[in-house]
Amino acid sequence: MSGDCADKDVVISIRDLVFSRGARKIFDGVNLDIPRGKITAIMGPSGTGKTTLLKLIGGQLRPDRGTVRVDGQNVHKLRLGQLYALRKRMGMLFQTGALLTDLSVYENVAFPLREHTQLPESMIRTLVLMKLQAVGLRGARDLMPAQLSGGMARRVALARAIALDPTVIMYDEPFTGQDPISMGILVKLIHDLNEELGLTSIVVSHDVKETAGIADYIYLISEGQVIGQGVPEAIERSDSCWVRQFMQGLADGPVPFHYPAADYAADLLLEPA
Amino acid sequence: MNQVPPFGSLATMLGPLQRLGHAALKALQKLGRAHLFLVHVMSGLPDLFRRARLLLAQMYSVGVLTVLLIAISGLFVGMVLGLQGYNVLSDFGAEQTLGVMVAASLVRELGPVVTALLFSGRAGSALTAEIGLMKATEQLSGMEMMAVDPIKRIVAPRFFAGFLSMPLLAGLFSAVGVLGGYFVGVGLLGVDQGAYWSQMQAKIDFYDDAVNGFIKSVVFGAIVTWIAVFEGYDSVPTAEGVSRATTRSVVYSAFAVLGSDFVLTALMFGES
Ligand SMILES: Nc1ncnc2c1ncn2[C@@H]1O[C@H](COP(=O)(O)OP(=O)(O)OP(=O)(O)O)[C@@H](O)[C@H]1O
Ligand SMILES: [Mg+2]
Repeated sequence: MSGDCADKDVVISIRDLVFSRGARKIFDGVNLDIPRGKITAIMGPSGTGKTTLLKLIGGQLRPDRGTVRVDGQNVHKLRLGQLYALRKRMGMLFQTGALLTDLSVYENVAFPLREHTQLPESMIRTLVLMKLQAVGLRGARDLMPAQLSGGMARRVALARAIALDPTVIMYDEPFTGQDPISMGILVKLIHDLNEELGLTSIVVSHDVKETAGIADYIYLISEGQVIGQGVPEAIERSDSCWVRQFMQGLADGPVPFHYPAADYAADLLLEPA
Repeated sequence: MNQVPPFGSLATMLGPLQRLGHAALKALQKLGRAHLFLVHVMSGLPDLFRRARLLLAQMYSVGVLTVLLIAISGLFVGMVLGLQGYNVLSDFGAEQTLGVMVAASLVRELGPVVTALLFSGRAGSALTAEIGLMKATEQLSGMEMMAVDPIKRIVAPRFFAGFLSMPLLAGLFSAVGVLGGYFVGVGLLGVDQGAYWSQMQAKIDFYDDAVNGFIKSVVFGAIVTWIAVFEGYDSVPTAEGVSRATTRSVVYSAFAVLGSDFVLTALMFGES
């Protein structure tokens, strides 16, 4: 309907997004565009609402104001059936993994295939093993989620997220808890999926170096606003002190490390009520 | 000195009233959510016909695993009924009607009610905790993002499994209870075996007793399982929230079963 939707190269467009949790405004007028077939990174300090943003895109939360369009469809105006049809084309890797604890690794990856396709068992097996091979966990197929380490669980969740070959995939902190080797493999995997399948990827991450290495475009959000955006080189050369502080991990600067609070000294001296 | 604000006393008077109103509104909201939820669960029924496997798996964990508890409890309740009934009836020389008394108590009341209470403690609490934990660990949200409706995929099979299991379990409870009464009455206390069964056959009516008892167990099954799955789905997704929801599930089930039992009994046996 609006002008930017005509732009074919934008898969997800967010306009004037406002969202609050209780009295706290998490987003206050965010505008974002996610280009098709590219890797877009969303970065920002812990607790700024990156996970919340992904849930808004997936239609799990409703914004107070503003629109989220995926492929031109306003996510929050869709009926449930349409929303589910849209979600079949979107994969999401949850920050916590969100594996089904009563199913084995194999069955977890097979789950979306069993739910949404009528493929014969042999085909499902092939697909599941391929996805598990890609994340290096083919040998762990018979383990239960409780027997996995945090990093392994996340890789299984990644295998499951790509099981249906989605066109858009959202990774919430894919690198957390990975050792340098699996980190390198995951970075390459995300990159390759994007190249070979033409996926549109959204990567939420704190790992500045890895993310900047594969991202085509970076958004930095903080305190409810987009406070920096651009290709990685531009972000790195940015002269905004906020962006510099975040990208270089400096302690001093405009980015608050603390959750909003009263003055520290005054707080310590305060008599307990 | 002690400046009382002009409407101070009014405010302190209104405080409790305000809290009462707030609590009432919250309760009504929850009731509304519970009904919408039930409608949503019902909409999952057609899918279950296509995927009977999901239902069967839940029938096993909700129903079959409760069988032993129900059978043993039924046996003891029947034995107690045999003993107590004999003591009272023999005073009037009516111990021949022990079978009637045992069977009527079980089929009309104790079968459905005690089964529902035991069922809510054994299976209902487990359902609440399971669904609550799935919510707390984002498994339900993860499913939503995979375009799988958790209410249809997770909740509906559990709800219908409970709904179908309850009448069967109540039937089992009554049957085993009648046997328990038989062991005590006939086996230990010397009531005539023929009288125990024939009096029972003559006096227990299919419609008045069996069907009404069955209706009760169907209603209780629906109520208990509905409360259990809803409390789980509506729980605050934390360890504490799930533990509270589990407690609520058992407590509300007990109230709902005993309350509706009175209503149903009044409707079924009130006029005769
Ligand atoms: N269920 C909730 N209820 C209330 N507030 C919440 C809830 N979930 C998150 N929040 C708040 O929303 C804010 C954003 O949370 P979110 O999980 O989106 O952060 P994030 O950017 O993903 O952080 P991280 O990088 O640590 O994962 C946080 O400040 C948090 O306090
Ligand atoms: Mg997060």
